[in-house]
Amino acid sequence: MENTLGHQAIIRRRVALVLKYLVLSVLALIIILPFILGLWTSFLPTTAIAKGSLSGVMSWQNYQEAFTQTPILRYLFNSLVISLIQMFAHLFFASIAAYAFVFLEFKYREQLFYVVLATMMLPFEAEVIPNFHTVRAMHLLDHYAVMVIPFLTSAFGIFMLRQAFKQIPWDLKEAADVDGLSHWQFYRKVALPYSRISLLTLAAYSFLGSWNQYLWPMLTTFSNRLRPVQDGLRQLHSEETATNWGLVQASAAIVVIPTLIVLFWGQHYFKSGLNEGSVK
Amino acid sequence: MINSFPSIKRRPKPGLSPESNDQTQTQPVSFELKRNDKYYAWLFLGPSLLLLSIFVFYPMLRTFYLSLFLTNSFGEPTVFVGLQNYIHLLRTKSYLASLQATGLYVVGVTVFTLIGGLLLAAVANQKVRGIEFFRTIFTSTMGVSVSVSAIFWLFMFNPSIGVLNKVALWLHLPAINWLTEPHWAMVAVIMTSVWMHLGFTFLIFFGALQSVPKTLYDAADVAGTNRRYQFVHITLPMISPTLFFVAVITLISAFKSFGLIDLMTAGGPTNATNLLVYRIYQDAFVDGNYALASTESIVLAVIITAITVVQFKLLAKRVNY
Repeated sequence: MENTLGHQAIIRRRVALVLKYLVLSVLALIIILPFILGLWTSFLPTTAIAKGSLSGVMSWQNYQEAFTQTPILRYLFNSLVISLIQMFAHLFFASIAAYAFVFLEFKYREQLFYVVLATMMLPFEAEVIPNFHTVRAMHLLDHYAVMVIPFLTSAFGIFMLRQAFKQIPWDLKEAADVDGLSHWQFYRKVALPYSRISLLTLAAYSFLGSWNQYLWPMLTTFSNRLRPVQDGLRQLHSEETATNWGLVQASAAIVVIPTLIVLFWGQHYFKSGLNEGSVK
Repeated sequence: MINSFPSIKRRPKPGLSPESNDQTQTQPVSFELKRNDKYYAWLFLGPSLLLLSIFVFYPMLRTFYLSLFLTNSFGEPTVFVGLQNYIHLLRTKSYLASLQATGLYVVGVTVFTLIGGLLLAAVANQKVRGIEFFRTIFTSTMGVSVSVSAIFWLFMFNPSIGVLNKVALWLHLPAINWLTEPHWAMVAVIMTSVWMHLGFTFLIFFGALQSVPKTLYDAADVAGTNRRYQFVHITLPMISPTLFFVAVITLISAFKSFGLIDLMTAGGPTNATNLLVYRIYQDAFVDGNYALASTESIVLAVIITAITVVQFKLLAKRVNY
């Protein structure tokens, strides 16, 4: 009697386990289906795709075409340059501004901080018309600078780093004052190293934000030489879709694969960083 | 979440630290610092304030200013009309339809993203072998940009060669004209947008679930409650600040959707997916009606600012559960 009961419990546990894996697998499949289909078809000849077939001779043909006949590498390079500049600019300008709000004493400090906070609420999409006129008046259209200069600082970055700098014990600042460290020295030797995690999080946030920009580059750049990758894919898509699905899928794959690798590779760090921010 | 950092006592009381006992020595230092501070403040804040003034404050004021005028094709104001643009806008049927479509889209995206993210997080929060692999897959859409998502999904939605209709065929269901039938086009962009948002949402929810103290569940087990009871009475209240935070972020992000619409439907069919930002773009940069587009921009800014203010207010209240 007792033996069969134990047996039933084991069976029940096994069924539960199988069910768990079933649910996990179905959900995972739904999530990665668009990736799998995109990658799969990027290896198929366009004639096969156009017929609605998912089988055919697999080859690197589409990739070869994408690399040689489209400016996809140039698009990637442009995006990399623009995103890196924006990222480092955010880290620098936002961190010195945040430093001022935490460690410096000056008139209207709180008021100015609320002003910065207010800019966080205003959507860039609603300001695009005057901004377009401004950069046109500055003769920046169709130039790298047009995708960098308006985004050199980040209100969100200032807000976030101000929170981080506030965690630095005030004793450290007093000790530094006694030792005669200037603000610049304290900023570089204490404030920045102390807030490493926040700086890295802001770096990731800024880089991704810049990489994903779509509307602004579309309005302000007109040549393949300068186009960042989102806008470049839009261009390729509008030129090739009806005729060359294979090429479009391969281009999309070329764009997404590096980000996926970075994401999986940085996964462990990223998770711990985010949790650290959200636990408290 | 962000503003709940423990506040740190900025100035220790005199006598607590040995250095501050020596009044005569610290006095001159702090005097010198004060004079220094002003100079440093200008240096440190200057660049950011200048940039924010030129590219955030000025354009916001200018947009409002333009919304009170008629404009020429260069976007310069010509005739002052007061609030006429706003009145005109709210009487335009197609704009009201746009507002309605945006509302539908935004609510759809937010609700399904929250449900989906919570489901993924709950499922990934189990202890089974190989769970890390599934967690990695669940976060994967975080690495996908707007254009790539749109291209991958466009392929799946393709009426003749897309997978979705093939599955429909296989199940003996009628084929759907995704993207060319108004209702289905809305469904299609919502699906794509939810998929894009899921990775990030999952990651945040998963972190929140992991931070719920295990002792609470242990106590509930002892009390003999079942899983569903525990989910409703322990998990949900504990993660409610995170839920709320993600809801607002998703809501705002959905309001700003542009790339997806541009690539997938271009606002069509028959304006069914002509969301607010896409409309601004069309009115300003395709039709050259800058006054109208400015008015629409102000409406958008008001909506998003209102959501953010409500978020700050509620967050301040609710975070201390």
